[in-house]
Amino acid sequence: MPILSLPSVLTPLTGGEHTIPAVGTTVSEALDDVVRRFPALSPRLRDENGEPYPFVTIYLNDEDIRFIGGFDAPVQPTDELSVVPAVAGG
Amino acid sequence: MTTAVRPTRALAALPLRCASCRRDHEAAPAHVCPSCLGPLEPVYDADRELPDRGEIAARPRSLWRYREWLPFTGRPERCLNAGWTPLIDAPRLASALGVSRCLVKHDAGSFPSLSFKDRVVASAFNAAHAFGLTVVGCASTGNLANAVAAAAAREGFQAWIFIPHDLEPAKVAASAIFGPRLVRVRGTYDDVNRLCAQVADRFGWGIVNVNLRAYYGEGSKTAAFEIAEQLGWRLPDAVVAPMAGGSLVTKLSKGFGEFLSARLVHGVTPRLYGAQAEGCAPIVRLVERGDDTIVPVKPATIAKSLAIGNPADGRTASHAIRSSGGWAAAVNDLEIVEGIRLLAETTGIFGETAAGVTVAAARALARAGRLTPDDEVVLCITGNGLKTTEAVAGALTLSEPIAPRLSEVAALIKT
Repeated sequence: MPILSLPSVLTPLTGGEHTIPAVGTTVSEALDDVVRRFPALSPRLRDENGEPYPFVTIYLNDEDIRFIGGFDAPVQPTDELSVVPAVAGG
Repeated sequence: MTTAVRPTRALAALPLRCASCRRDHEAAPAHVCPSCLGPLEPVYDADRELPDRGEIAARPRSLWRYREWLPFTGRPERCLNAGWTPLIDAPRLASALGVSRCLVKHDAGSFPSLSFKDRVVASAFNAAHAFGLTVVGCASTGNLANAVAAAAAREGFQAWIFIPHDLEPAKVAASAIFGPRLVRVRGTYDDVNRLCAQVADRFGWGIVNVNLRAYYGEGSKTAAFEIAEQLGWRLPDAVVAPMAGGSLVTKLSKGFGEFLSARLVHGVTPRLYGAQAEGCAPIVRLVERGDDTIVPVKPATIAKSLAIGNPADGRTASHAIRSSGGWAAAVNDLEIVEGIRLLAETTGIFGETAAGVTVAAARALARAGRLTPDDEVVLCITGNGLKTTEAVAGALTLSEPIAPRLSEVAALIKT
């Protein structure tokens, strides 16, 4: 089962959980599964139009999902999805 | 000449406000808003007492002469010697570019680590000090690694430096010599940056360009302050600066705006021009498109110090550029080397690859009519060429060695 890893700043929305098992075969399905259990997370993962939320970057293992098909990228059971605040570095 | 003295107070970092949702937060080693994850910025007391030109001019020659515009109350206690680099008239470069006057902001000679990153590190280390942090770190393309490692050695911090595995050897050595924990990561800068965001979150260290970023970035404003003061308390027509994450251009805009608001200078913010390499130009493309969404890229350029494919301040940099009436330009690797050589051959300054990008972009902007023959232009030269000699080695022709005989020199003269 894929794992969704969250930064500390989002854990108040998940009851303190940093890592959450997710069900799905794409990034989108995995995120939808987690959001069903933690609805408050939803606007921090996608904007109101379902597009990427500009202040987070989502990685599938080590790759920014924008390079591998975005929310449609396929997810394997052993994969880790990481949500990382986008405003960092430089 | 006397140095103005204010009462000494314990150093404290300013509180923070989200630039997106405008919520206020206490001073903390935190870079994103807990509510919306937008970027946090320090909040300055609008009623604070500001110095006049004479008071600033009488202060020691460091970036702390502008301390009322840096994100602290009380006296800075760390990195007191950073800043105040020369602004050098460059008439031969002006002629080559076809502009009225050209000046070089020479951060390639910055103390202690020969790049503009000494400015932001000075601010970040005082934030670390104010928060009682003893471990600092960074994600870096090289110059920031050098600056953090040097400052940590001088100031007695433990440093964890994270860099891509394929940096220029001189930049690696110029970090390792100071004895930090130097971690080479298989991947690009963007991979390193993601790792450091997770490191800051997990270990609570002061990663200067992650969780100290709100304080760190403000240090770049001092380049704008110095340009204004060194020009005799006035602003140039245009400023050209390299862009990696986009923070420098963003903070130049903020700095010029703050000096205008303080009535230390008059007129309008200079037209700001951003420079990137063609192999990593996400901010240039954003400026060209005029929309609000960064499209990340996989960097492929010799300008490794600018090789950030997912720039954190790309949107704000683009907005600062376009609202100033400026523009942006991308140049290829050949043009970057030509830019390094043009700067060297007309000014006596050896800049790194980012300098080549800046000079070549200025030339491209002048040829395109964006910089005009009437313009007074400042080029921000942010790093030193001795760190990236491999970029130009192939372009330099060296003669065969000769015997130590006068006749051999005479033969050379004839060729």
